[in-house]
Amino acid sequence: MAEAALTLEEVPREELDAAVIRFAGDSGDGMQLTGGRFTETTALAGNDLTTFPDFPAEIRAPVGTTYGVSAFQINFGSRNVMTAGDVPDVLICMNPAALKTNVGDLREGGLVIVDTGTFTDKNLQKAGYEANPLDDDSLSRYRVMAIDISKLTLEAVKECEVTKKEGLRAKNLWTLGLIYWMYDRDLAATVEWLGTKFAKLPSIAEANIACLKAGHAFGETAELPDGALVYEIKPATFRPGLYRTVTGTEAMAWGLVAGAKLAGLKLVFSSYPITPASSVLHVLARLKAYDVVTFQAEDEIAAACAAIGSSYAGALGVTSSSGPGVALKTEALGLAITAELPLILINSQRAGPSTGMPTKTEQSDLYLAVYGRNADAPLVVLAARSSAEAFDVAIEAVRLATRYMTPVVLLSDTFIANAAEPWRLPDVGALEPFPVAFRTETEGFQPYERDPETLARPWVRPGTPGLEHRIGGLEKDYSSGNVSYDPANHQRMTDVRHEKIARIADDIPEQTVDQGPDRGPLAVVGWGSTYGPISRAVERTRSAGISVSHIHLRHLSPLPRNLGELLAGFDKVLVPEMNMGQLATVLRERYLVPAVSVPKVTGKPFKIVEIMDAIHAHSEA
Amino acid sequence: MNDTVAIPALTPQDFTSDQEVRWCPGCGDYAIIKAVRKALAEIGTETKDVVFVSGIGCAARFPYYMATYGFHTIHGRAPAIATGVKLANPELDVWVVSGDGDGLSIGGNHTLHALRRNVDLNILLFNNEIYGLTKGQYSPTSREGTRSPSTPLGSVDHALSATRFALGAGARFVARAVDTDQKRLPGILKAAHAHKGTSFVEIFQNCIVYNDGAFDAFAERKTAPETQIFLEHGKPLVFGKDRDRGLRLAPGTFSLEVVPLGEGGVDEGDLLVHDQTNRPLAGILAEMEPPDFPMALGVLFCNPEESYEAAVYAQIDEAKEASGPAGIDKLLRSGHTWTVEAR
Repeated sequence: MAEAALTLEEVPREELDAAVIRFAGDSGDGMQLTGGRFTETTALAGNDLTTFPDFPAEIRAPVGTTYGVSAFQINFGSRNVMTAGDVPDVLICMNPAALKTNVGDLREGGLVIVDTGTFTDKNLQKAGYEANPLDDDSLSRYRVMAIDISKLTLEAVKECEVTKKEGLRAKNLWTLGLIYWMYDRDLAATVEWLGTKFAKLPSIAEANIACLKAGHAFGETAELPDGALVYEIKPATFRPGLYRTVTGTEAMAWGLVAGAKLAGLKLVFSSYPITPASSVLHVLARLKAYDVVTFQAEDEIAAACAAIGSSYAGALGVTSSSGPGVALKTEALGLAITAELPLILINSQRAGPSTGMPTKTEQSDLYLAVYGRNADAPLVVLAARSSAEAFDVAIEAVRLATRYMTPVVLLSDTFIANAAEPWRLPDVGALEPFPVAFRTETEGFQPYERDPETLARPWVRPGTPGLEHRIGGLEKDYSSGNVSYDPANHQRMTDVRHEKIARIADDIPEQTVDQGPDRGPLAVVGWGSTYGPISRAVERTRSAGISVSHIHLRHLSPLPRNLGELLAGFDKVLVPEMNMGQLATVLRERYLVPAVSVPKVTGKPFKIVEIMDAIHAHSEA
Repeated sequence: MNDTVAIPALTPQDFTSDQEVRWCPGCGDYAIIKAVRKALAEIGTETKDVVFVSGIGCAARFPYYMATYGFHTIHGRAPAIATGVKLANPELDVWVVSGDGDGLSIGGNHTLHALRRNVDLNILLFNNEIYGLTKGQYSPTSREGTRSPSTPLGSVDHALSATRFALGAGARFVARAVDTDQKRLPGILKAAHAHKGTSFVEIFQNCIVYNDGAFDAFAERKTAPETQIFLEHGKPLVFGKDRDRGLRLAPGTFSLEVVPLGEGGVDEGDLLVHDQTNRPLAGILAEMEPPDFPMALGVLFCNPEESYEAAVYAQIDEAKEASGPAGIDKLLRSGHTWTVEAR
């Protein structure tokens, strides 16, 4: 095959309002890094965006295999972007395995860019190809740009003092350069980033920058139909303000720091490494200057227990994990519930059961959060709908945990944890503080005497004179907190623990309708990261004339006090979830509404079209 | 200015809560709590600054009986909870009360990691070689062949030595004591308290109901001088009512031997001298048991280094110094930002 042989049909210059690009390659090809840089540059160019990093659990699966393929998808546009995109318009494949596993997702007529240098017999065989798909008509539904990127990369680094292996590693940046050319993007931010990242390895920095520029120059100078591949995506219209990109992990971690400051507390974050939750620990471990103590515990149980110990001592104890780790923390949650101490548990949900698919997204721990403990053990459950919103939800978790002396489970998922989006920075000065008032008055002190409004018991910091007291996991006397096995007392304590959580419904906003009328034939009810696709699906079906409303829940326990009444105003309630119908069950149980589940557990987020199909199916009836 | 008054020194009674003690009559725990109260009074600490954290088991009821702060938590997890307490407030004087099942079986992992991290905790491990609160099953420290409801034909697994476990885990302070030894136990507890970092004290505690007399071989008062050796740093390893026996390395080996002192025996100068900073020595002393050897009691090992929470806060202080004022605005603006102007 001739170098840079292009099999392009003639395409007109296009001005697009949005585009979806997917970078796919081997785990070692640097696809996540490439996607991250493209995201930053795209954000700086003023587009709205959502990203979807999708990578295998194996750190370095055998090179060239289909299960070692790592991908990064970004949807960006001049309009409001709410999902990572149903189907890519452009697919970059760094090897045959990436082509094999991803090309089926590409939109018909979409562009696939392949590095022909990797299409060797051995790699084709590893990917399961019997014949080279570039040589037959199997890709005839797409536009194919076949370039020997490997060879061009090595040419680009000829003058750099790097080994062949080091040089070849920069082929992701060559490819990024080409895509930058294609979308008319500035290289400056990536050049600067490479300079900083490889400050101590100047020859590597030089090679990477040379490749980035070479890929860009290739686009400019290659004998392509004039302008044929240059797209233009104008900046989106954003509310004026200061912006940055943020992942759910970052926003949630920063929300915890902000929440602790608003409460006037030291933050002690205890966690044990687990995919995909570890990154919260990584972010917070770098924030020591913000009065953050992080503790990598010996196991999940110790992490939860240390957080409880910190709250007992008067700090904000936070722990974090994903499904299997949260299961291990269950007993500790029960202790925090009966000891009535503030505690925040972040669950970055992943596909299960058991180890399941650690790097894939799911929402299947709603039952675990709401019901998953021994005995009657109610607590607060919140869920973030998007990466940026995780900041606000984390603050809300701190507020409720400290005001009501209760554990709060904060649900995130793999998608939110990893996905990036532009975020208009909040006016920090406008955030309302909710300082904790530790009990210091000794007169009449009873460890379990409750605030008549919130039913919260007093929070006493050990070290406070005159308030020495003992608490624990044994049932306690209603006021004194002393051990009590009195039957009527246990009923009363169980009732009050329940009532305390139930009353929180009066302290959270009433449920609003995100889109559409507040009564009608059909409501789509969601929670968590399905917000983007539901929102778009409802918007599109509504503009096609279907009457449908979107209700999205942040508070899952207790539920907003008007939710039952609101749902009763709809003939049908549709609940798309990345599980087998957990919220649908909760809604049916609570409100006896005929909620219909739209389940999806493929480890991938909903496509807009899948929810549109469900809406159509339930609108016709 | 307000008047100041001298705070009267506290007595053991001041550390006693108003709760009725629910241990079995004759339980070794009574002797231990007495010694702890005495030690705290002698240390001169205030009740407000002391926190007792426990897990589950007979010993774990301990905090309820102390007039300090106390947290009776879940099975095996007290060291983890206590670590959280210490991380939140390093000023507190934190004690962990655990047992052989709580601390070495279900919570073995947490004990191990508290010890290796060297969190400034005082861990009191009440070893009665049995599960008491669940009615008498054998525990990880029960000797092989222990008959119990769960091992009617005798246990077949090997017993764990709490002290050797602690030494192996990297503990910087390891001591051993007998519950009823009211003469020495308070002093050992005071030494544990004075040590910054994790102090591990194994206390042989008699369970009068399920394992009575388990430690008679060395704890029996009458024979104790012949079956115990009380370790003192810098002093030769001598024991016996008449101080007529000692320990030395058997020539040409790394094994201890008991030798007679005085006429017909060896000179005191030929004996091993206890060096509490010597971990291998602590290890072989911990190996000894009757009838061939005396049981080593007292401080086997004490070699302090920076405690965990001190190191954690040193990093935090350094980061704060390097960063200057750190507010939320600054945090959110770290990294790339861009401004969208009003049109």
